[in-house]
Amino acid sequence: MTDTSETPAAIPENAGLRTSPIGFIVKAIEGIKNAVFPVIAVLFATGASDYRVLIAIAVGVAIVALTGFFSWLSWTRLRYYVGNEDIRVESGILSREARSVPFERIQDVSLEQKLIPRLLGLTQIKFETGAGGKDELALEYVTGAEGERLREVVRERREGVVERTSDVLASDAVGDEEAPSVETAVPIFEMNDRRVLTFGAFEFSLVIFAVLAGAAQQFDFLLPFDIWDWEKWAGVAGEQTDIVNGLNGLGIAGQIFGAILALGSVAAIGVFTGIARTFAREYEFRLDRTPKGFRRQRGLFTKTDVVMPVHRVQAARIQTGLIRRRFGWHSLKFISLAQDNGSSSHAVAPFAKMDEIWPIAAEADITPAADDLEWFNPSPKKWVDGGAFLALIMLMVAIGWSIAGFLTVALAIIAVGFPLIALGFWLGWKRHRFARDVRQLFVREGLLSPDLTIAPRVGLQSVEIKHGPLSRWRGYCELHFGLAGGTLSINGIAFDEAEKLRSEVLESIVSVDFSDLPK
Amino acid sequence: MSENTVPEAAEDAVPPAVGPHGLTPVHPNHKKVLRIQALIASAFLLIPAAIVQFAAPVPFGVVLGPVALLCALFVWRLPRRRYAYKGFDMGTDRLRVVRGYWWRSDAVVPFGRVQHLDVQQGPLERIYGLATLILHTAGTHNASVPLAGLLREDAEEMRETIRQHIKRESL
Repeated sequence: MTDTSETPAAIPENAGLRTSPIGFIVKAIEGIKNAVFPVIAVLFATGASDYRVLIAIAVGVAIVALTGFFSWLSWTRLRYYVGNEDIRVESGILSREARSVPFERIQDVSLEQKLIPRLLGLTQIKFETGAGGKDELALEYVTGAEGERLREVVRERREGVVERTSDVLASDAVGDEEAPSVETAVPIFEMNDRRVLTFGAFEFSLVIFAVLAGAAQQFDFLLPFDIWDWEKWAGVAGEQTDIVNGLNGLGIAGQIFGAILALGSVAAIGVFTGIARTFAREYEFRLDRTPKGFRRQRGLFTKTDVVMPVHRVQAARIQTGLIRRRFGWHSLKFISLAQDNGSSSHAVAPFAKMDEIWPIAAEADITPAADDLEWFNPSPKKWVDGGAFLALIMLMVAIGWSIAGFLTVALAIIAVGFPLIALGFWLGWKRHRFARDVRQLFVREGLLSPDLTIAPRVGLQSVEIKHGPLSRWRGYCELHFGLAGGTLSINGIAFDEAEKLRSEVLESIVSVDFSDLPK
Repeated sequence: MSENTVPEAAEDAVPPAVGPHGLTPVHPNHKKVLRIQALIASAFLLIPAAIVQFAAPVPFGVVLGPVALLCALFVWRLPRRRYAYKGFDMGTDRLRVVRGYWWRSDAVVPFGRVQHLDVQQGPLERIYGLATLILHTAGTHNASVPLAGLLREDAEEMRETIRQHIKRESL
């Protein structure tokens, strides 16, 4: 309400801005999506009525019109205002809501363009405060230019705030306004179409089958037959005797060929789905280093544009896969409090070689472990215990089989199972490693492919040593570090080792007050 | 939870790295609070057990006996042990909170990483003049570290001390 101008959070009279007027068209189009199910329901409910199609269309039109009307109404009632200290938004048709978000609390500003808004040149702008999910302030929809302007304004005002509080540790001195504009500057990482396609080839995905199965279950009432009736299917198959006979005529070789064909088509669909999904998500991936942070743009249908302040980076995670590792491909994520599409880490280089990853990490002041850095394994006891426990279960299964009279099965279980367990747990232990240098903590784990987390010590929030009855008796424990937006822990580390590491890390933490860290 | 393995905080029984050495115990009233809480929880176990005992045609004490024994353990033994193994250490720049015997947790929070502080008082704690000090950090793990069983005045004093270290709310 504009008449309460004496309260600081209110928008001054005649000063608020409206979002883009064509925004409600997008909402109306989205309303069509909502109308689909009611229309189908009406089609079925009206049954044999002569006017069922007409009624269904009328219902659909009414829903779209109502959605459009209400989004128009809320558009007329929404105003936003960029003040000196904060962004204010007042909205609501009947119950009014006034929100104010101070610039210094905004962690990053992200722009997201879904397909339809993108066609209309609109964008959704979201101000991330770390509140998460629904509580974040978002404006739907503003024009692309207005989105850029708002982001610039927030960035400038935030910088003003930062300068006032005079950061001691402000590591980037590039906050000058003469920095080259982003579009002309060379990105620090980008992926061309070929790279994205290669990436997709490694992203084997069978999600399409889950979707198809789910859809079949949802819409089976639309089908003229019951697809879950296997007897009918057997009958259908029986009718195709020509083909079956043909296959049978080919004998065992033909059946094997058929199986290979079936597996091959599943694999082909999996690879294709992976490529399509990856291509849609990572298309024209581009990462820039702007004066205040990292800016990432990507997406084919839904184009996203996210800026993450460099000081918000709490840790880096470098992951890879069993196969892609052979070709030298890794991914780099930054862990921070801000959210990225629901996951708390920002993928800054989803598919890159290590020599491309380190320069990006270095921008966030995260450096690789020195070659002569000493890596430690935790105590092997945890893995010995785990392996012994699993072996015991397997032994009991084997005994069960031998009592039932299948001695060969029992022997086979032991002959195959025990070496597998031993190998698995030995590898698990061997590949779990940690190291520390004066500034950072490194934790590397993963049975089949390494997963490395690098966290600067000063960014850690707390340290906890934990154990249960078994680990207490055996003398090992879990060491957990509080990390904003992620987890960092070393499992199975020996007590005294954990104590030592904890006191070392604590010394580094307390030497820098969190409030002194750059925001 | 076998009982005989727990000598009352006998220091040589626990490895020195995690022993209650140099820790400040919380107020003895905390034991009473724990006991009353256990008593209330036991009621939820005892009442159904009693109903089953009298409704089903079983010899007296077959159901109620073991349950009553278990409850006695909960009410009498466990609070004593939980109290014995709970402790904290208020350093100049950090707070260490230790609790549990079988499931032991030993957390250290540097004052410089505290986001905000709470002093909470439940109805039981209030009767005994106790309070719980809660330290909130920005970490996803250990987002809040509670320390129960402090005298209210002590908790408030600790809060003030820690607050001095938080120059301003930083996130």
